[in-house]
Amino acid sequence: MHQEKERGCITMALLEVKDLNIAFGGLKAVDRFNITIEKGELYGLIGPNGAGKTTVFNLLTGVYKPDSGSISLDGKDITGKRTIDINQAGVARTFQNIRLFKNMSVLDNVKVGLHNNNKYSTIEGILRMPRYFKVEKEMNNRAMELLKVFGLQNECNFKASNLPYGKQRKLEIARALSTEPVLLLLDEPAAGMNPNETKELMDTIRFVRDEFGMTILLIEHDMKLVSGICEKLTVLNFGNVLAQGQTSQVLNNPQVISAYLGD
Amino acid sequence: MTFISYLINGISLGSVYAIIALGYTMVYGIAKMLNFAHGDIIMVGGFAVFLSVNSLGLPPLVGVLIAVIVCTALGVTIERVAYRSLRGASPLAVLITAIGVSYLLQNLALLLFGANTKSFSSVVTVPAIKLAEGQLTISGETIVTILSCVVIMIGLTTFIRKTKAGQAMLAVSEDRGAATLMGINVNGTIALTFAIGSALAAVAGVLLCSAYPSLTPYTGAMPGIKAFVAAVFGGIGSIPGAMIGGILLGIIENLSKAYISSQMADAIVFGVLIIVLLVRPTGILGKKIHEKV
Amino acid sequence: MDNKKMKKTTKSSIITYAMVIAVYIIVEIMLKTGSMSSLMQGLLVPICVYIILAVSLNLTVGILGELSLGHAGFMCVGAFSGAFFTKVMAEIIPNVGVRLFFAILVGAAVAGLFGIIIGIPVLRLKGDYLAIVTLAFGEIIKNIVNVLYVGKDSVGLHLSTKDAVALKLAEGGEVIINGAQGITGTPHASTFTLGIILILVTLFIIMNLVNSRTGRAIMAIRDNLIAAESVGINITQYKLLAFAISAALAGVAGVLYAHNLSTLTALPKNFGYNMSIMILVFVVLGGIGNIKGSIISAVILTLLPELLRGLNNYRMLIYAIVLIAMMIFNSSPKAIELRMRLVEKFCIRKKKGAA
Repeated sequence: MHQEKERGCITMALLEVKDLNIAFGGLKAVDRFNITIEKGELYGLIGPNGAGKTTVFNLLTGVYKPDSGSISLDGKDITGKRTIDINQAGVARTFQNIRLFKNMSVLDNVKVGLHNNNKYSTIEGILRMPRYFKVEKEMNNRAMELLKVFGLQNECNFKASNLPYGKQRKLEIARALSTEPVLLLLDEPAAGMNPNETKELMDTIRFVRDEFGMTILLIEHDMKLVSGICEKLTVLNFGNVLAQGQTSQVLNNPQVISAYLGD
Repeated sequence: MTFISYLINGISLGSVYAIIALGYTMVYGIAKMLNFAHGDIIMVGGFAVFLSVNSLGLPPLVGVLIAVIVCTALGVTIERVAYRSLRGASPLAVLITAIGVSYLLQNLALLLFGANTKSFSSVVTVPAIKLAEGQLTISGETIVTILSCVVIMIGLTTFIRKTKAGQAMLAVSEDRGAATLMGINVNGTIALTFAIGSALAAVAGVLLCSAYPSLTPYTGAMPGIKAFVAAVFGGIGSIPGAMIGGILLGIIENLSKAYISSQMADAIVFGVLIIVLLVRPTGILGKKIHEKV
Repeated sequence: MDNKKMKKTTKSSIITYAMVIAVYIIVEIMLKTGSMSSLMQGLLVPICVYIILAVSLNLTVGILGELSLGHAGFMCVGAFSGAFFTKVMAEIIPNVGVRLFFAILVGAAVAGLFGIIIGIPVLRLKGDYLAIVTLAFGEIIKNIVNVLYVGKDSVGLHLSTKDAVALKLAEGGEVIINGAQGITGTPHASTFTLGIILILVTLFIIMNLVNSRTGRAIMAIRDNLIAAESVGINITQYKLLAFAISAALAGVAGVLYAHNLSTLTALPKNFGYNMSIMILVFVVLGGIGNIKGSIISAVILTLLPELLRGLNNYRMLIYAIVLIAMMIFNSSPKAIELRMRLVEKFCIRKKKGAA
């Protein structure tokens, strides 16, 4: 009794999603979706193809507006807000099909992410006023720090589209982190990676969580990665939550097994 | 009565726009390119008829036939020489090339026929109809134009629905890659589209010059742009859309000339386009495009 | 690592400025020694106008990545508002140079304002739809200017869209904008030197903008709108900003253009969609997003028809063929592949030769 009360007081969930619904045409893409993620958790969202996982991400980041339900981040309601406001509230993401600023340099990709937290006006930029040099220097330093975390510092002047696939995925994570989020959403970060790259990625994700104190929600099909780093899982199937809880329990759930292997 | 007469003239002008817009919309739907030179093919059609009827003294119908053949050949040639090699290039590069082709046609005509306005004598021999005790006269040109437009619309829709080539066009416009995999001759289909579009432009040229009997190397440019506006207006890529867009545009243009200001008519036409696009960003009958995130 | 990058962009900017200044010096020497034909002399200011237009359109097309076919419309707004200012202020600011300076600011401001007014609704559209709507706006602007009558008398300014008589000017009043007859009697104040200065200012604004926080945001929108939004870039704000700056600079070009003529009229030739298309051709042939390229292609493509003047009737025909051939050579996937192979062959042979 005493314990429960204490828990309720101290740990306010970082992300709390209640009864989220969205339908496209007649199809319920996400149906009564609930999730609670505590600060610092590494959380996995899994499910068969077409289960609605990316749609959940799109709802969380304001790309789609939910038909009903609520999303709160750190106690603040962010339901139905614009993507940029949600980003400024502290949610950053990567994309299943990599979306880099292809024609810009690796360094500039990260600097775009630093845009809102390092400011000088357009006029100051055009007239090259002192603040331009000061802020640009800060941005360069910060961007290089981030690139180092992902081992991209030597490629900082490469055009983003010239990076190999695995590094493009890393750059996307670096860019997302540069917006100083409290919650990081990774959409299939290991897609298209070989086992070695995946292993390295797992270390990086863990490192990001520990080093930045980040809370991470990731979508992934690679079960090795999921079972290796995620502490908790939610399984989606046909837009519904099929199972939720500690990773080991969820993965042994017979319903989950049957959803993955077919009936 | 005067209102009805303006309205009918508007429908007639709109029918010409609609026929041109059909060519624009088909080429856009299938080749995914803005064929800026389409308007100039109208002018070529006009000159072909002018030469064969006024200069060579051939019968009007033969003249029209010659114009259709010349324009079809021209359209296919342009596609083969200029556009085919740019397949897969950036849309902007294709657009600029089309502009180059437009300059080429205009200046070629300038060189061959000079800058003087040719007075085009109508090829239409249908007599005018007088209605309401002579208060309302509908000219032969108007009748032929509107009828041609209806016939072309029905013919084209049937062609696309019922023939194999028409179905191939639909397939290519939906997904070029998949169409190739299904064994459809994509290059052939695109060439056919240009052929049909250019043949329609020839017909439009004849009708336009019959109704407004002056012909210069730049005759096609503005109707071309307006027909493009009509195609966008109706929803580019959609055949009924081009039809509706063209006729609406003709009506708006004629009524604003009559009741508001003849100098401002073009501005009003363009203004209506902007309003339509702001309300329906892909035109009246256009499909909504969603980008998958 | 970082310094190297900074150096690279700065170096490229310096080369561009140096190029413009070098051309200026050469032209000035030719003018002083009298080794330039009067025909070429007449082209100097127009070329400056085209360069400013091309560079500024490159901001919309190359940096923001949106296709605009209405650039001439903004030039038209700048030209008329600038020339109008010079006429109206004739008594208040007698010094022509000072008046022109303010006219340039007015032209830029009004054109920029039009950029915002037009940009707010149309920048939601994409690709070909945006192209046709900008074209439509350009035509509307040209059309409206043609029915605009503005006069000035002791009472103040009078405005009409009917005719000059409808202005009901008091005795001694003057018609400033006379409908399709436009504005007459603007001082012939544009010079090549002024043109070069304005080019340098345009380059300074655009190149510094591109290499700043704002420029990165604009390019991010071009490269991936959804990703830009996901990192908190305000899409509407930056699209509008780029569009407005581009329009304002086109306005500057318009003022320069207007003060190079004794009569300013809005014809399809100078402010119609054909002009917009011509500027777009400069930008595309110079390389989309390549500022230096825009300058070079604006110069070459303006001079080309003049150099071909000997061929008289054939010159525009040749121009058209050159344009098509260059586009195919530059952009056709097959031609690109062929060029790559040739380069490879050449390089291998060179290496073998060296060994």
